[in-house]
Amino acid sequence: MQTQTEAGWRLDLFLLPLIVFLGFCAGLSEAALSPDPAMAIQGWTFAACMAFIGCWYLWMYSSRQPADERGPYTDGVIKAGVVAAVFWGIAGMLVGLIIALQLCFPHIFYVPDWAWSSFGRLRPLHTSAVIFAFGGNVLIATSFYVVQRTCKARLWGGSLPWFVFWGYNTFIILAGTGYLLGITQAREYAEPEWYADIWLTIVWVSYLLTFLGAIWKRKEPHIYVANWFYLAFIVTIAILHIVNNLAMPVSLLDSKSYSLFSGVQDALIQWWYGHNAVGFFLTAGFLGIVYYFIPKRAERPVYSYRLSIIHFWSLIFIYIWAGPHHLLYTALPEWVQTLGMTFSIILWMPSWGGMINGLMTLSGAWDKLRTDPVLRMMIVSLAFYGMATFEGPAMSIKTVNALSHYTNWTIGHVHSGALGWVGYVSFGALYCLGPWLWKKKLYSNALVEWHFWISTLGIVLYITSMWVAGIMQGLMWRAYNDFGFLEYSFVEVVQAMHPYYIIRAIGGALYLAGALIMAYNLWRTARDGEPVPAALPHPVSNILAGEAA
Amino acid sequence: METWAYEDVLAFAQSWGAVYFTVMFAVVLVYAFWPRNQKGFERAKRIPLDDEDF
Repeated sequence: MQTQTEAGWRLDLFLLPLIVFLGFCAGLSEAALSPDPAMAIQGWTFAACMAFIGCWYLWMYSSRQPADERGPYTDGVIKAGVVAAVFWGIAGMLVGLIIALQLCFPHIFYVPDWAWSSFGRLRPLHTSAVIFAFGGNVLIATSFYVVQRTCKARLWGGSLPWFVFWGYNTFIILAGTGYLLGITQAREYAEPEWYADIWLTIVWVSYLLTFLGAIWKRKEPHIYVANWFYLAFIVTIAILHIVNNLAMPVSLLDSKSYSLFSGVQDALIQWWYGHNAVGFFLTAGFLGIVYYFIPKRAERPVYSYRLSIIHFWSLIFIYIWAGPHHLLYTALPEWVQTLGMTFSIILWMPSWGGMINGLMTLSGAWDKLRTDPVLRMMIVSLAFYGMATFEGPAMSIKTVNALSHYTNWTIGHVHSGALGWVGYVSFGALYCLGPWLWKKKLYSNALVEWHFWISTLGIVLYITSMWVAGIMQGLMWRAYNDFGFLEYSFVEVVQAMHPYYIIRAIGGALYLAGALIMAYNLWRTARDGEPVPAALPHPVSNILAGEAA
Repeated sequence: METWAYEDVLAFAQSWGAVYFTVMFAVVLVYAFWPRNQKGFERAKRIPLDDEDF
């Protein structure tokens, strides 16, 4: 395979550092001119990130042929993505544990003089860190790996994939530090303000280009189904992000902006975005992982390619309409509420079609579940996907929602999807990518077993405690006495949930412990794992070769 | 020019929306089950297994 060795003038080495330089200037200008001290700190932070990326460009391209452009594929950036994902995952889960403990013991980890330590600022830090920082880096890394292998082509644009990686993580830093400073536009899963949104748009278009470029140059005539899911994820997130964040800043030197939408239209736009962040970021993207990593790890093709096509098209056509189920019993027109509920229930079909397709890939090789804990993790993730996508439609039914909405049941539902589905399929992919990219055998299978069982126990504690707390909370809120007065005051309900909050925090701590075990295992793999011979790059093939010998 | 009232948009969306989704789904099914496509799908499902690089 040819490598990009052409000496001389390259557009990406001119254009991308120019964007970084302009970003650096913009950051410095904000830092120097903004009357808003929080905005000035954001300016310094952004300028520091841009300076770092600039230095990285100088370091990387000081030699004529950088390491990442020597091999057949751009793999260095994927290694960086694996490291970033593990780091952000642990950071995000740790913040999650802290806020779970704050709900149990209000004075723990909270200093009234430190506004940044309040629940209101740490909660979006947790959600954005686990969804966008952890999940986002997993998706960027895996999509880069999958599209290159299945298209037999390099990522497009020379250093563009690296720009995407550094740019995306700059966005994460800008968003996270912004929340701690109290900057938020208060839109669920879209809290970063206008300037961070503009930066993410530039990065995301670059992501689309480098991904599409690999597909464009592909040497494999068919575009494998995993790439369809990744592409739907990238394109749809771009549309959702741009529309949801249409806003007018107070001034170019102020962090505050006002949305173009208002009232119920604004609410619908927010949940059209919010639910499709679940549908296309947390579902379609991670289904791309399922369709590549499970067949690869199991060394069997996906159960039915036909089903995968029906799964893809029906999932993306239906998901986009389900958002209104977040706004039942509001000012939203009745028929839109019913529409959202109906589409949510129909969505059950493609979701389970996809789950069955993934599970049945192991048909005839179920014994691998016993011997390969990494594969087991990914298969269990599909079981959680099935559970969460059954529970979701049930909760979108108006009468069920009347009980579940605004209660901890929703938190339980979200975490059965987030910890069980997204978390486990990501861990599985990271356990695959570590050995494949560093070309070492995984340091310890036993530690994967420990990770699996500790985390599973954590998830079970988390979701069962939240189910019980949520249903109890809903029932207590709606309980009336014989005189028609509310049976319980608000604080009595809060008191009743205390033990369940503690159980939830224990569950979260176990899940975090599992992730720490994974980080140690992957670090030892990269540092002193047994090298895999070049002819047999994948550990599973290696085992098979060992058995044959 | 005739302007559309909220109710007109509603009626259009509620009727033609159903047709649109049914047709889309039918097209997907026909594509997935079209006999001539099967050979391509059989090959395509092996793509992840045949990509041993290096």
